[in-house]
Amino acid sequence: MNKEEKKVKRRDFLFTASYAVGAVGIGAVIWPMIDQMNPDKAQKALATTEVDISQIEPGKSITVLWRGKPVFLKRRTPEEIQEARAVSLDDLPDPQKDEERVKEGKDEWLVMLGVCTHLGCVPLKDKGDYNGWFCPCHGSHYDVSGRVRKGPAPTNMEIPKFEFVDNNTIKIG
Amino acid sequence: MKKFNTIINNIITILFLTTGSLHSAETTDPIKVDWSFKGITGTFDRASLQRGFQVYKEVCSSCHSMQYLSYRNLGEPGGPEFTEAEVKAIAASFEVTDGPDNQGEMFTRPGRPSDIFVSPHPNKEAAAAANGGAYPPDMSVLVKARKGGANYIYSVLVGYEDPPPDVKLDQGVYYNKYMIGNKIKMPNNLVDGLVEYADGTESTVDQMAKDVTTFLAWAAEPELEERHRTGVKVIIYLILLTILVYLSMKKIWSRIDTEV
Amino acid sequence: MSEHEYVPKSKAAKWFNDRLPLLTLGAHLTDYPTPKNLNYWWTFGGILTFCLITQIVTGIVLAMHYVAHADLAFGSVEHIMRNVNYGWLIRYIHSNGASMFFLAVYIHIFRSLFYGSYKSPREIIWILGLLIYLLMMAAAFLGYVLPWGQMSFWGATVITNLFSAIPLVGESITTWLWGAYSVDNPTLNRFFSLHYLFPFLILGLVVLHIWALHIPGNNNPVGIDIKKPSKDTVPFHPYITIKDAFALLMFMIIFAGFVFFSPNILGHSDNYIPANPLVTPAHIVPEWYLLPFYAILRSVPDKLGGVILMFSAIFILFVLPWLDTSKVRSAVFRPIYRQFFWILVIDVLMLGYVGAMPAEGVYLVLARVGTIYYFLHFIVVMPVVGYLEKTDPIPMSISEPVITGGAEPSLARKLNEKV
Repeated sequence: MNKEEKKVKRRDFLFTASYAVGAVGIGAVIWPMIDQMNPDKAQKALATTEVDISQIEPGKSITVLWRGKPVFLKRRTPEEIQEARAVSLDDLPDPQKDEERVKEGKDEWLVMLGVCTHLGCVPLKDKGDYNGWFCPCHGSHYDVSGRVRKGPAPTNMEIPKFEFVDNNTIKIG
Repeated sequence: MKKFNTIINNIITILFLTTGSLHSAETTDPIKVDWSFKGITGTFDRASLQRGFQVYKEVCSSCHSMQYLSYRNLGEPGGPEFTEAEVKAIAASFEVTDGPDNQGEMFTRPGRPSDIFVSPHPNKEAAAAANGGAYPPDMSVLVKARKGGANYIYSVLVGYEDPPPDVKLDQGVYYNKYMIGNKIKMPNNLVDGLVEYADGTESTVDQMAKDVTTFLAWAAEPELEERHRTGVKVIIYLILLTILVYLSMKKIWSRIDTEV
Repeated sequence: MSEHEYVPKSKAAKWFNDRLPLLTLGAHLTDYPTPKNLNYWWTFGGILTFCLITQIVTGIVLAMHYVAHADLAFGSVEHIMRNVNYGWLIRYIHSNGASMFFLAVYIHIFRSLFYGSYKSPREIIWILGLLIYLLMMAAAFLGYVLPWGQMSFWGATVITNLFSAIPLVGESITTWLWGAYSVDNPTLNRFFSLHYLFPFLILGLVVLHIWALHIPGNNNPVGIDIKKPSKDTVPFHPYITIKDAFALLMFMIIFAGFVFFSPNILGHSDNYIPANPLVTPAHIVPEWYLLPFYAILRSVPDKLGGVILMFSAIFILFVLPWLDTSKVRSAVFRPIYRQFFWILVIDVLMLGYVGAMPAEGVYLVLARVGTIYYFLHFIVVMPVVGYLEKTDPIPMSISEPVITGGAEPSLARKLNEKV
């Protein structure tokens, strides 16, 4: 009886070990098949775009492509900056100060991803109820700081990582 | 079973003996070099890769493109592993054509790590025209694209000789005892002391040929080290699982009278 | 069979099973009575299923990164090798997987030839298998074209030109296949499309192949009909599954050896040179698994004749069940046929060898001798030997190797070895 029990135990251990080791292997094989769909090394390396901003008049904006997405670069007038800063944070669905959305000393430059945070459409400029942007897909309104004010979008438009290389050049990424 | 094995063995012996004797003919077999990247645990010699890149940059790159490599590759693990700053400096030392800008014009700028290796010629035709009608092949996968691989490339680099008296060479054609057909349109570019190695290694022809071949071997198979490492793990794993499954099988089949 | 009695335990399972009897199918596959004396040559069916699934999965993944355009294909393969996460691994599994697939299928086919698995009542299984094999060759050829290297391009040129041998319409057919006046971008595009399609056709045929197998059940090394289920059989699970798993793991070790340590040894270095319509490589050969047929093609000095003979070499296998006149299935009991079987194995290996060599001198002679024997084997040897041969006595059942008519101790021993 005792012997039999031992035998059964050893057999159980063998089968469990085989299944466990086999499962580890299957997991190790599945991962490469999933990871291959992630951005590849070439995509990851294409991280930066440099933009010449010397030609942009106050109040105007340009759109450039970065990582396949539009980036809005707007040179805001003093009035627009004032308007953006006058808004009470209580009126914002996603409270954020305008100062947090621009580089200090370069307040006139608003650089943000031109992608509606609702479902990824590109908002139209100088449209909407808040002098900013309006997303035609599902009616989200953004103000002159790119903050959502009305509509289904949950958050403000995203500010990418960027820096001023010199007074006329911005490096995004 | 045994009989079958013997038959297979005999066949293999016959096949390989015959192939062996067939190769000889005109060209000399490539020199066999004991590369560090040979074998199942082989890895590249970093210093040699860095020197090899220097030889490529200073000598080969004036004619040969390497369009499937990017400067960032030079800093990736398993390669020459230059530091990030070195890679940036190397990339910036090349002028890259970019554009069009917002005026529709192409412009040049210093290279970035994400750029592909700058080609010496705008296209294949231009490359051929600049080299007496012979297109200097792109070297990205050259080691994989030649029978004999690294040994062959190295042998050709050191295989220049004066032609035997019965061989007539046209203008711009050189004699090389390892080249298939013995005639090569690439002149012998390597002379002792040609490059000044940053690490102080003496730049003999043999040293430069070995270094640049190592570099080309990596360029063709940048995954080699990772492949070898993964391979060893996979085989160990499979053997372990095979043993477990074998024991399980024996156990299961012991329930009936038949042997597995 | 036992599946008729299968009733799911839970009510929900029964409800489902009454509408779609997947559970019954599962029970059938699990309990499927299998001869208990199957040797390791029988594990290649499972191994081949693994190969097909591996090729389909890695292939779908590669298609996510590959670009089927004459200017971009070569570069996109290099992109896979250099930039895509694990791209090198996936591509090397796929390219070596093709070779491993053929290695397994050849063993599978020769196993069938040795043990007479193609004979009644398994003719349909055999024919379905041959169709799978034909599609495999087509898929492999199409796939080899996709990297758009020198061998891809010139292989495609040579193979598509085979069709130009057809009288009258040959040229039009070749042009139609190309979609251009030579192998070109349209050719590459359609080859990619078909290369993606064929594996799924193969998968469908594999289902039929296994279905057809489950009607009469497995042949076995002794080649006798057995009662199912009986003490001559074991349930498929766990007995056969574990044995298949063990054999598959051994196979995977060899597979991994190629993938990780010499991934290009089965390929041709010229295929790392981008396709160039102006220069043919000095020595052009197909992949190793097509070499025997290539040798047969080249053994005939006439264009049309060579093509006809090459295709005949495959199509003759379709009528094999009717060319073999022997009443005994397994070559274990056929002393004369057994010798010829090994001659055929050597003959095919030799054809493969000369297929890789230049078509001249002694190789041409060997190719011709090999081709003649190949056809003689099927047209003459199989019917005549089957008719004249005095076969060894056959056991009554697997578990009781009682020899009918005069048991010889030596034969009984031999039998036990094989069983």
